[in-house]
Amino acid sequence: MRYQSFLIKYAEIGVKGKNRYMFEDALVKQIRLALQAVEGEFEVVKETGRIYANALSDFEYEDALAALKRVFGVSAICPLVQVEDLGFEELKKQAAAYLDQVYPRKDFTFKVDARRANKQYPKTSEEINRDLGEMLLETFPGLSVDVHHPQVMLHVEVRSRINLYSQVIPGPGGMPVGTNGRAMLLLSGGIDSPVAGYMIAKRGVVIEAVYFHAPPYTSERAKEKVVELARLVSRYGGPIRLHIVNFTDIQLYIYDQCPHEELTIIMRRYMMRIGERIAREQKCLGLITGESIGQVASQTVQSLAATDEVCTMPVFRPVIGFDKQEIVDIAEKIGTFETSIQPFEDCCTIFVAKHPVTRPDIRKIRHSEGKLAERIDQLVETAVETAEVVDCGRR
Amino acid sequence: MEVYLDNAATTRVMEPVRKIVVKAMTEDYGNPSAKHKKGMEAEHYIKEARAAIAKTLRVEDKEILFTSGGTESNNMALIGGALANWRAGKHIISTRIEHASVYQPLTYLEGQGFEVTYLGVDGDGHISLNELEQAIRPDTVLVSVMYVNNEIGAVEPIEEIGRLVKAKDPKILFHVDGIQAYGKYEIRPKREGIDLLSASGHKIHGPKGTGFLYIDEKSKIKPIIYGGGQQRGLRSGTENVPGVAGLGVAAQEIYRDLSGYIDRMVRLKDHLIDRMEEVEGAVVNSKRGLKSAPQIISVSFAGVRSEVLLHALEERGIYVSSGSACSSHHPALSGTLKAVGIKKELLDSTLRFSLGIYNTEEELDYTIQALKELLPMLRRYGGGSRHR
Repeated sequence: MRYQSFLIKYAEIGVKGKNRYMFEDALVKQIRLALQAVEGEFEVVKETGRIYANALSDFEYEDALAALKRVFGVSAICPLVQVEDLGFEELKKQAAAYLDQVYPRKDFTFKVDARRANKQYPKTSEEINRDLGEMLLETFPGLSVDVHHPQVMLHVEVRSRINLYSQVIPGPGGMPVGTNGRAMLLLSGGIDSPVAGYMIAKRGVVIEAVYFHAPPYTSERAKEKVVELARLVSRYGGPIRLHIVNFTDIQLYIYDQCPHEELTIIMRRYMMRIGERIAREQKCLGLITGESIGQVASQTVQSLAATDEVCTMPVFRPVIGFDKQEIVDIAEKIGTFETSIQPFEDCCTIFVAKHPVTRPDIRKIRHSEGKLAERIDQLVETAVETAEVVDCGRR
Repeated sequence: MEVYLDNAATTRVMEPVRKIVVKAMTEDYGNPSAKHKKGMEAEHYIKEARAAIAKTLRVEDKEILFTSGGTESNNMALIGGALANWRAGKHIISTRIEHASVYQPLTYLEGQGFEVTYLGVDGDGHISLNELEQAIRPDTVLVSVMYVNNEIGAVEPIEEIGRLVKAKDPKILFHVDGIQAYGKYEIRPKREGIDLLSASGHKIHGPKGTGFLYIDEKSKIKPIIYGGGQQRGLRSGTENVPGVAGLGVAAQEIYRDLSGYIDRMVRLKDHLIDRMEEVEGAVVNSKRGLKSAPQIISVSFAGVRSEVLLHALEERGIYVSSGSACSSHHPALSGTLKAVGIKKELLDSTLRFSLGIYNTEEELDYTIQALKELLPMLRRYGGGSRHR
């Protein structure tokens, strides 16, 4: 027995009214993209409110399933076995063989759920349910029927051919990427920002990213780690264009001119400003950060207000109310945690004062930034102009 | 200019090594255990390498066991040695400045009911023979001391230790981690009372993934890897023929003119140490001449974080390491530096420069120049230190 096809279910986009076709088309496109990376040929078709991914050649089942499980907008994936319609007696054998192979232990409750798209079929759905159920009970004495809460629901779809499926594998949910614009992620190399990027991509947003590199205070390895994180996030949301900004001169200039306990806040304000500039050039409509209230000194509500102040674009902070452990749980689920915890410095962990301000006064911060007037515009200009672009996760 | 000064981490393979490795991979690729001619040819590589290495130590060929490297050799010596002798006692003596590949197997053995005494070291990194003598008990079965410390280059008094251990109780196994010493010293296990000696190929311009354990023929040791019974059942698994052949050639080449190599290396080391005097705030933790290993120069730079300085040097094409490359994976501070009592504020400011056979005086001068230029700038910004 082999699976030849996947039935792909989607939840939220089913209720989007007139825009529904647009969301469905975006989902079909994303599924096609995801399957392009898998060995084998597939066709992805929309049929009466459902999407099928049909294999047109031999394919790697595990790879295809893994790829589908990362497509936002997919709520569930059902691997299908397609059999020829050779009469009802043959269907009985086919259904028994299906259950036999998929479930090594026959000790569960079940129910048969038949649907006839082919109304010419000699039996009604009710009859198919009853007769197949009876046969399965006889063939596998360990089984029992439960019509309300079956452990296994055997779906039988009678079309020109017959689809059998019973497994419902959860997808990531969310909305298809490309249905909600574009946003710029401030990617640091820590645990939180890749999770933030994942969460916004999950709502259908195309992600770009910016990383602030500060050689020699941060290493090539730290940069490589961020490229890898972008690649890991791109497995879900699609290719990510990563802008690597050399931040060293700005950092040193701030260090020279401003009170040291304000370094982090001022530095972050410049990261936001530069992020927004690149975002605008790339036609992004918002910024994304991995900030969570109170996690560190620069993420108190006062500090967030102080960094937020320099942005005119909306700043999305999807993990703002999460505890560290909750963020870690997602990072582990999406596979970024192991990479995030590699011990390389990022530019936030160096140049940190022993007692940074936790309740920055915006007027004071603005005053301190005034001391940067002489050179900062030029430095920012240079940083933006010399940013290196790395395309992560090209499919 | 590219200046590779991280030879204690690993070295570039030398040309004759590359040649024989490629030949063993592409022409004489048989399985040395195979009964046919192709197998026999492969076996010749192993025999020749074994003989070449045995000769450098003046020991019997059969006393050389090939492993996947220094870490495996140390694991085998400690775990295999402890398992073979536990009936005689469960006490082991080692030091506080061992490499993780000694320290971690010992920690494992502690979990298995062994007791380990760790000897401290003085400011030069040397253990005290007196303390060692005090530590030996009737149930001591194993003493493990490194020959050359990988972080500062301190050389332990191996011959005296061997003599002392054997005088106390000839049945005690004496293991020496010789990974930074093999290829730098004339080591004579029979004379120095060494029962087990670990060595690695890639520290002496041989291939990575190669090493050996010298096992005195009278020593009892159990295998830690089981299988097809290769290498007299002590280390199963098809021999890494290309690697072993490369290791043999590297050993042969290095020992052909060891004193020539060492004289040159010591001259370079002394040159770097001399010129460090011109570098403001540099404190050299290694000794001139033969008082410490010829290849290792540990230097602390007050007011700069080692990792930042390392990356700044990297931008000039100079490759060094902070602490030792192995412990740098976990940014815990170095055990050796702490054990020899280096000032707390210098612990995180220490770099290791380590020499190989390809380094030149010109490269060292370039390095000194780079340090002179970089340090004032880095210090001005607190060297990126986290707490000021």
